[in-house]
Amino acid sequence: MLALDGKDPGTVRRKLLEKYPPKIARKRDKQIVVNRIEPDGTVPEIQSNVRTVPGLISQRGCCYAGCKGVVLGPTRDIINITHGPVGCGFYSWLTRRNQTDPEASPDGHNFMPYCFTTDMQEEQIIFGGEKKLRQAIQEAFDNFAPKAIAVFSTCPVGLIGDDVHAVCRDMKEKLGINVFGFSCEGYKGVSQSAGHHIANNGIFTHVIGTDDTVRAGEFKINLLGEYNIGGDAFEIERIFDACGLTLVSTFSGNSSIDQFANAHTADLNLIMCHRSINYVAEMMEKKFGLPWIKINFIGAQATAKSLRKIAQYFDDPKLTERVEAVIAAELPTVEMAAAQVRPRTEGKKVMLFVGGSRAHHYQELFSEMGMRTLSAGYEFAHRDDYEGRRVLPDIKVDADSRNIQELEVLPDADRYRPRIDECRAGELAAQGLQFSEYDGMMTEMVQGSLIIDDISHHETERMIAMFKPDLFCAGIKEKYVIQKHGIPLKQLHSYDYGGPYAGFKGAINFYEDIDRMVSSRIWGYLKAPWQKNPELTAKYAFE
Amino acid sequence: MLLRHTHPEIKPRSALTVNPAKTCQPIGAMYAALGIHGCLPHSHGSQGCYAYHRSALTRHYKEPVMAATSAFTEGASVFGGQANLLQAIDNIFTVYEPEVIAVHTTCLSETIGDDIPQIVSKARADGRIPEGKYVFHANTPSYVGSHVTGFANMTKAMVDYFAESNGRKNTTINVIPGYVEPADMTEVRRLASEMGIATIVFPDTANVLNSAMTGKYKMFPEGGVTIAQLKQSGSSRGTIALGTLASGSAGLAMDAKCKVPCQTLNLPIGLHDTDLFVDALHHMAGVNVPESIDLERGQLIDAITDWHQYLYGKRVGLVGDPDQLLSLSRFLTALDMRPVYIATGTPAGKKYEQSLRDTLAGIPDDVQVKVPGDMFLFHQWIKNEPVDLLIGNTYVKYIARDEDIPYVRFGFPILDRMGHSYFPSVGYRGALRLLEKILDALLDRKERDCSDIAFELVL
Repeated sequence: MLALDGKDPGTVRRKLLEKYPPKIARKRDKQIVVNRIEPDGTVPEIQSNVRTVPGLISQRGCCYAGCKGVVLGPTRDIINITHGPVGCGFYSWLTRRNQTDPEASPDGHNFMPYCFTTDMQEEQIIFGGEKKLRQAIQEAFDNFAPKAIAVFSTCPVGLIGDDVHAVCRDMKEKLGINVFGFSCEGYKGVSQSAGHHIANNGIFTHVIGTDDTVRAGEFKINLLGEYNIGGDAFEIERIFDACGLTLVSTFSGNSSIDQFANAHTADLNLIMCHRSINYVAEMMEKKFGLPWIKINFIGAQATAKSLRKIAQYFDDPKLTERVEAVIAAELPTVEMAAAQVRPRTEGKKVMLFVGGSRAHHYQELFSEMGMRTLSAGYEFAHRDDYEGRRVLPDIKVDADSRNIQELEVLPDADRYRPRIDECRAGELAAQGLQFSEYDGMMTEMVQGSLIIDDISHHETERMIAMFKPDLFCAGIKEKYVIQKHGIPLKQLHSYDYGGPYAGFKGAINFYEDIDRMVSSRIWGYLKAPWQKNPELTAKYAFE
Repeated sequence: MLLRHTHPEIKPRSALTVNPAKTCQPIGAMYAALGIHGCLPHSHGSQGCYAYHRSALTRHYKEPVMAATSAFTEGASVFGGQANLLQAIDNIFTVYEPEVIAVHTTCLSETIGDDIPQIVSKARADGRIPEGKYVFHANTPSYVGSHVTGFANMTKAMVDYFAESNGRKNTTINVIPGYVEPADMTEVRRLASEMGIATIVFPDTANVLNSAMTGKYKMFPEGGVTIAQLKQSGSSRGTIALGTLASGSAGLAMDAKCKVPCQTLNLPIGLHDTDLFVDALHHMAGVNVPESIDLERGQLIDAITDWHQYLYGKRVGLVGDPDQLLSLSRFLTALDMRPVYIATGTPAGKKYEQSLRDTLAGIPDDVQVKVPGDMFLFHQWIKNEPVDLLIGNTYVKYIARDEDIPYVRFGFPILDRMGHSYFPSVGYRGALRLLEKILDALLDRKERDCSDIAFELVL
């Protein structure tokens, strides 16, 4: 019988669902599972990537956020124009901490501190917004001279029938720079996830492969699905540099559009966030012959393991030696830092409900501190992120996501070049280096842990009440709710303005931040002396 | 340079907004709805809006911000969101048990033309709204006005739905505090109570968005105007609506619906506008102004005379929301400072722009006012001729850093400092706080820049 921190998982699930109307309870029931890893490695099926229940208070955002906010936002030299009323552009203005280094581009362009919007008014809703959009693109060109402009559609754009793609084609022709559009209206799909897919399709169609310049350097890699929150990508770049790896492009932390344009000249794609970028990896493999592997630079051990995978792929003694040297030089310091916090973190209980990848990755860091993950879940991941890509053939696209385009990609007649032959791929697979594979979060979680997809506020409250975790990980909307309970919440989207947390130095930062949070004196001071002993027994001094 | 692409040459723009000095309606409606006790704001649109609005308010207040959403899918966006809203109402009352649900709309549901009153009456007819509970709404299309408009619409809806006249006049006075901070709402209530006046303040986010940590999370905190009070507001002796843009329409609606006379004033920021507020209370309630308030006023004037030499003639750039900008400009001119550049993203109208220009009429500088304008243009003005001080929300810090100009955070949103939710900037005390912040910024800069020889102990 599986137990969840001493509690019967069946009872726990019942308590999460008991207050719901029956129809809702039946639906949520399928999105909450107790982890059970079978001997063949399979895990229970979890329902995910389905529509949000109205009124239940989900953590989710929309398609526009996934497209503009997440995938395209971090590229510094594209002017991103939000076509819509002012809000969408305003809220996605500098609120994700994608750091960038404009000095790394020869032209020094950096439009990330700016918000560009067509600020649609009633007139455009009634008569259409194409004219204003066209003019806005012209004004962006006149004022900023960018080398690329991207346009992002918001909810009303699809409804009123503005053809942003036609406008972009015209303006591309007219201005002679790359101008491309995204139909990422907020209502598409069921979450940010649809936006990732639309962003992937757009960047693949309009940018990747538009520059065949082969850059100097050996062991050429792309880092996919790493957005440089709090400088994560900088730390990973530092490590790559030390190992002698050549980073061609990052999708899309600290990135420039030029890097995307010749990303196809690399030899290996590394996937950090599987959910947001696996489409680009798949399409690049089909069109250009680049294989991809899943890596994880969150956690010191995970970082070492990922570096070894890369060395294994290139199979070059010089690289292997440098990778081992880097690991040998970096790991002891990290392990010492972990040992220092462990007396205060060991055995503490944590829950993680984050986006579409970090709820998995960060479990590595917690286990390095001896902390136990009782429960985890994603806002918008799909079954393959939970259960592993082996379930991909069984996933049915439902009515809410059916309109998200699947691009048909064929090998490029001139540029398709398989980087590795099947025989060698088979050998590597036999050694444990799996291509195009991700095993998902559940296979790496302990038996009996509770997996909750698209957790609601109500379920969050119940989990807090039942388990009283020592730390909760989620985002800004959850942070102060949880902390009012007297339980610290670590934001794993913004990192609470700290970081980096990736790589070796990031691990140390994370240990220190978590130690500070779970050990803070303030959680012990919530009750005033008179609240602890409400019966009035004291006497006045003069009595 | 952070804003390295901002060039001094001002080219005409008619279509592209860069670095907006406003955001969209629903967040203002959500904020207003949080000022009702036991209320859950509900966003009738796709869920991205509510996630953004909750996040923005949370970042500003560092407090839980609760709301629900209809979570439109593509199907609902084409065929209408009735089923989503009905299901949401069911789920919200079953699971979260608020007293009242305040529905606002987004550009999505407004563009498709969902009829909220019809959906709400269907919900009532279907028995989805429990006895003694309420669902009310405001239409808040994001493509009209700004967050201030959304606040005004939701505040007016409170009157439209709840205010009722009992046929006689109570002694209470309604105060519609405007789109201000929880601490400001407390301060206007305190000033009135100092005068012995019972008030109904709505909306009132005090102790909702600056609540205490007790170790026990309360989904519906102690604060907020109650529905009972909102109903009684129709029988008050009078209404004072603070801030024309944010509160004017609710004040007028109260007068029209319940014959409660309304006086619309500027936000009580600074000396003059606080004077007018206190004087209005004095006349409306027929009570004397107590000495305690005279003391506060006198302390403010005293401090201004004490520090006048550092304020005199300083050029200031202001960006923010219209009601605040107007009162703040009046305050700054009273300090003999010169607000030379003023931009708001809110389309506040010609009449508003004229009052602003009237306020600035005596300033010898070349004054620039843009209603509606954006922060890109504002920054270009500064590039052309700098100012001594910037006042605005957190986004202004990018300009302040690039141009190395002293800067005071004021307005919405403030994402990177504390204080705004706890300490008022309205009333005489609020004016003292603003004065302190302005002087801190100016004097810190003076002492940073001066030579060792000129460095002084006493200022």
